[in-house]
Amino acid sequence: MNIIEQLPVLPVVLPLVAAPICVLLPKGNLPWAFATFISVLTFILSLMLLREVHAVGVIEYQLGNWPSPYGIIYRIDMVSALIITLVSGIAATVFPYAKQSVAREIAHQQTSFFYGMMLITFAGLLGVVATGDAFNVFVFLEISSLSTYTLVAMGARQDRRALTAAFTYLVLGTIGATFFVIGLGLLYAATGTLNMIDLHERLVGMDNKVVRAGFAFIITGFGLKLAMFPLHRWLPDAYTFAPSAVTSFLAATATKVAVYVMLRFVFTVFGFSFVFLDVALTFFIILGLAGMFIASLVAVFRDDVKQMLAYSSVAQIGYMLVGISFATVEGVSAALVHVFNHALMKAALFMAVGAVFYAIGSHRISAFRGLGKTMPFTAACFVVAGLSLVGVPFTGGFVSKYLLIDGAFSAVLDVPSLVIVLMIVASSLLAVAYIGRVVYEMYLAEPVEGVKVDRVPLGMLIPLGFMTAANVYAGLDAEGLTTYARRAADILLGVGMAE
Amino acid sequence: MIDFILARYNYWIVIILMLTGLYIVYSRGNLVKTVIGLNVFQTSVFIFYITLGKVVGGTAPILLGAHSAGHGGPSARGATGGDHGDGHGADGHDTGGHGEDHAADPHQAASSHEAPVHADVQHGTPLTEEEALEVLSGQMSNSLEPNAAGDVSGQSDVPAESLHDFSEIDASNSLTPQMPDTHEPAPVDPGITITPGGHETAADQQAVLDAGHEAMTHAAEVVYSNPLPHVLILTAIVVGVATTAVGLALAVRIREAYGTIEEDALERMDNEAATGSPTGEGGKA
Repeated sequence: MNIIEQLPVLPVVLPLVAAPICVLLPKGNLPWAFATFISVLTFILSLMLLREVHAVGVIEYQLGNWPSPYGIIYRIDMVSALIITLVSGIAATVFPYAKQSVAREIAHQQTSFFYGMMLITFAGLLGVVATGDAFNVFVFLEISSLSTYTLVAMGARQDRRALTAAFTYLVLGTIGATFFVIGLGLLYAATGTLNMIDLHERLVGMDNKVVRAGFAFIITGFGLKLAMFPLHRWLPDAYTFAPSAVTSFLAATATKVAVYVMLRFVFTVFGFSFVFLDVALTFFIILGLAGMFIASLVAVFRDDVKQMLAYSSVAQIGYMLVGISFATVEGVSAALVHVFNHALMKAALFMAVGAVFYAIGSHRISAFRGLGKTMPFTAACFVVAGLSLVGVPFTGGFVSKYLLIDGAFSAVLDVPSLVIVLMIVASSLLAVAYIGRVVYEMYLAEPVEGVKVDRVPLGMLIPLGFMTAANVYAGLDAEGLTTYARRAADILLGVGMAE
Repeated sequence: MIDFILARYNYWIVIILMLTGLYIVYSRGNLVKTVIGLNVFQTSVFIFYITLGKVVGGTAPILLGAHSAGHGGPSARGATGGDHGDGHGADGHDTGGHGEDHAADPHQAASSHEAPVHADVQHGTPLTEEEALEVLSGQMSNSLEPNAAGDVSGQSDVPAESLHDFSEIDASNSLTPQMPDTHEPAPVDPGITITPGGHETAADQQAVLDAGHEAMTHAAEVVYSNPLPHVLILTAIVVGVATTAVGLALAVRIREAYGTIEEDALERMDNEAATGSPTGEGGKA
């Protein structure tokens, strides 16, 4: 068996098979070591996959050798390869970080289940991206979502509100997934196929109420999953009360994967020949702008840093939606670059918060007082990642915001480009305000006397430093990522414009 | 008008269940009731998918005429697949009335995955068109609708118009479930028939092929329902059960941690934990 031939399926199968094994391992460090090994291995595989896709173009893998429209296929093009690399890269950084953080936040007898669940989430997210079959997306999405609910609930040891947060997430997540299934059913009724490429070919020129209703159901369902602005209610609580490692992982991957699926359905499955698409794009731009501004505004007034960052995530989703709504190569590639950069910065920020929680036992803003002196490395990482969130030059965030503004000027839109740019700037200023609040506490306020600050182990600091460095690197050498994203956007829009 | 509504009664059931489920989720304050609402909501989707797969006059998608072929097979595979085959056979009894045929061989069952689809492709369209017209002309023999595409659009259109173009849509884009492009009449592709089994000897393969051919000739005379939506919804049912299990487990944990599963009380306690006031920030007293 040639490993290259099996490459598209391996990143999904490996963590999926590893998860039950992980649960069977004795509690303690072994499950962690095993899960970390698997995540690193998966990352290597996805890098190989990315290289392969870069060389070959599109790779198709037929599961069980059933030919394309009948069987389930995995279809890896530049877009999916990019997102797979992102997700497994984040996993390979968060899993090493998780060891001490989890040891402190999760009961000892739950460790093997915890890492098993992490691996299932990981496998589900990769599966969503890899598959070329629309119903398969639903299955993998629910695989990852169900395990995510339990992971969020595991934060209950620190704060019982994790349970209610997980329950809300479960209800809204299930409604979102069910909406998606209804939409798929309608599309299947209209076309008789579930293969994404096949769906696209059959949908060309088709515009009736069935297809429109299906489209609306799918977009709303994924709007819920990716926390599109008015549908974001589950996100802040879930991210606030989940264990630190879980939040770092989810914030960087789960919503990004949902954005990917949205891109796939909007551009690959429906495409520009679908008249109704314009309506959705108009909605994206309005909701994206509103989310950018309102969620940032809410974030400014949060006293819990984790919650503040969670609201900021909702705002950043707004940037991505705005980028998608341009429906130009510039806009979509800016959205993809921002997916990437936002994953890096949020992972770093939540890791820093996790380190503070490890040392002090709280993630309220008052706990950050004087950290510049007591925890200089963590504080510095927080500042750098925070600057990236704001969009200061020489960080990843600057690149994506620059591309987004560039895209706004070159696109022809219902909303004047200048308004969009002003909103982006306003939202960034709000980011200055909420990140600034934390930075002020860290550097300008005196440390509180008598607070016990535990030493954060290197096992947490190294991944944190690595992730922060990645943010800076993404800002200094944006060439590679931008080229990849542009190619990916070309593919996404090209499929839609071929007809 | 009445006919129009009655002819699509299954869709009305779906819509009513869907909205009822969503309403329960939003309006009930008890966590267990919320989970029940979610279940009702998901059930509506199951029924929707089953409706999509139903072909008027079609029997369950189990290959008929497999009885003799199954026993003609060279090995005792029938024994291992006994439960499987019997279950399917019983299905055939209930829905199709072709009960004398049993799919006793698991490989038959496997190849029947393909067969009914082709049967649909070849014979489904003309036959169901007739059936559909029958339905339209008032013969409402409480059979489910054959075609969802025409149907759903029909629901939202003006009745007369939709009745008019119903058969049109029917013929054009429906009932050719997943392989409408392949109208070749010889679909017993060795690769397809054998892949599910995976590890047979050449002789076995030949036997299965023969049996498949025999079954295909028989199956071509029978109309089957579309199997794919049933398979999809089996998956969705599994997901639904898992969701319910996780939801109820969370409700148990919430009850342990808070002592209640009423959302109002939970919200009050959470607000108190967050802000020190039961109504939360900026809440009215």
